[in-house]
Amino acid sequence: MTDLPDRSQRRLGLAIDLDICVGCHACVVSCKGWNTTAYGAPLSDSDPYGPNPSGTFLNRIHTFEVKTGDATATVVHFPKSCLHCDNAPCVTVCPTGASYKRAEDGIVLVNEDHCIGCGLCAWACPYGARELDPAEGVMKKCTLCVDRIYNENLPEEDREPACVRTCPANARHFGDFSDPGSAVSRMSRDRGGVDLMPEQGTLPVNKYLPPRPRTDADVGADTGYGGPDNLPPAGSIDVLAPFLEPVAETPSGILGWIDRTLTRL
Amino acid sequence: MHPAPSIILFTVVSGLGFGLLFFLCLGFPAVSGWTAFVWFFAAYALAVGGLALSAFHLGQPRRALRAFTQWRSSWLSREAVLSVATLCLCGLQALLLIFRADGHPLLGGLAALFCLGSVFCTSMIYASLRTVPRWNHPVTPLVFCLTSLGGGAIMTGVPVLATPLLILLTAAQLGAWWIGDRRFADAGSTVETATGLAAALVGTRTTATAGATRVRLLEPPHTGESYLTREMVFIVGRRHATKLRILSLVCLVILPLCLLALPAAGPEVTIPAVAAHAVGAIVSRWLFFAEAEHVVGLYYGRR
Repeated sequence: MTDLPDRSQRRLGLAIDLDICVGCHACVVSCKGWNTTAYGAPLSDSDPYGPNPSGTFLNRIHTFEVKTGDATATVVHFPKSCLHCDNAPCVTVCPTGASYKRAEDGIVLVNEDHCIGCGLCAWACPYGARELDPAEGVMKKCTLCVDRIYNENLPEEDREPACVRTCPANARHFGDFSDPGSAVSRMSRDRGGVDLMPEQGTLPVNKYLPPRPRTDADVGADTGYGGPDNLPPAGSIDVLAPFLEPVAETPSGILGWIDRTLTRL
Repeated sequence: MHPAPSIILFTVVSGLGFGLLFFLCLGFPAVSGWTAFVWFFAAYALAVGGLALSAFHLGQPRRALRAFTQWRSSWLSREAVLSVATLCLCGLQALLLIFRADGHPLLGGLAALFCLGSVFCTSMIYASLRTVPRWNHPVTPLVFCLTSLGGGAIMTGVPVLATPLLILLTAAQLGAWWIGDRRFADAGSTVETATGLAAALVGTRTTATAGATRVRLLEPPHTGESYLTREMVFIVGRRHATKLRILSLVCLVILPLCLLALPAAGPEVTIPAVAAHAVGAIVSRWLFFAEAEHVVGLYYGRR
């Protein structure tokens, strides 16, 4: 049944340090690599060398700009994968029982042999952690590398999720959040780890460690540009700007006809 | 949200079918024998045809039977179970009307209740999603149920039934749009709560901290589209929303009301009224999806 367990014995998850992530996308690549070649349906690509490449990924890196008033903006790279929520809305909406949260360690998984590919769980997830694979027609999501972390055929140091193992900056940490003495619990306590979209009531396990306090002087030391007196030369950043104009989304065919008719009304 | 034609047609057509079955089981119009067969056949064609359409958006339709198992937690599963139960109950009533020329009033009442329950479950699939604030309120099931009942009442050709239902539907539809337009802001999800960054960085600077902390997307995670942006960040076509709302209300209620007010009666009035209502319902349902904004869009700087 897709009811959630009352309480999972352990709460395995990730602590992601936004102060350290450099946005290199190595975790994205290693995640795709492991999860394509290991258990379950591979993560397919559509039109990989054509004009509209697209693919299934379980981990993606966004980059945000944070700006207060006139202060220099801070750039934050933001990895996002399944947060293995305690109150996972994706599990309870599943009509087939393919989605489930494990009582023993809290990992949220999909049984791909039972999934009908209705996509409702992806709609129920506020974080965009689930993607329907167009080639297999089943839902794919982060497994917290369940086939690595308990895998006795791997050397001890490899028994952690592929994204954590590969991160060259050590921005991703794997551990048990139900143990207050674990490294991830301590990190989250010390750094004020935050939940994403707490108002959605999902009670995520994964914690994001916010960037540490920084002054404009630090930013200047990092970049060579600091404050309003030391801006980059005018015009130096928008050489390519004309090429970045949004492409008009004008529909064609029957939709185009409907569009033109409605515009004329 | 991406307005998938299979889902729009499924909800509209099966809704019409269950709406007609609702009234047939209650004895409007009072039919028996071959007439009952034709009426029930039409209603079944709509209800079953609509349900079959829903399989077209599945990635693995061969496993669709598994969707009957999780009725304890999932509205989609409840809908599947209740729809089949409804079709069985209505079938019994149809057999009684066709072969014994008289239905059982208790059975008819129960079957009608199940028809309404099926449509309610369909609507709750959407209304229960906190991630799509525009759908996440009690007026959503009201609009679905009234659209279904209104359509069924028009098909029975009894203006006394259809007129009040269509007036109620107008109120519910206007209410759903009014609430829906404010719902995303009320839900309180912003790019700041989605990333947790504004709260974290407030007060960490020693200079020039005047003003609110704003977060904006600098680089998306991928240059092209993905399943997420195709499915949940559908923004094409919203610019005609107002015109389409007017068009849908005209077709959904105003045209059928005018046609039913004519002194003439019979199929020459009912068929155009039903056709207009169906077009209105399809436009309204298209807007239901196309205007709905999923909170995941906050991570993509567009919703």
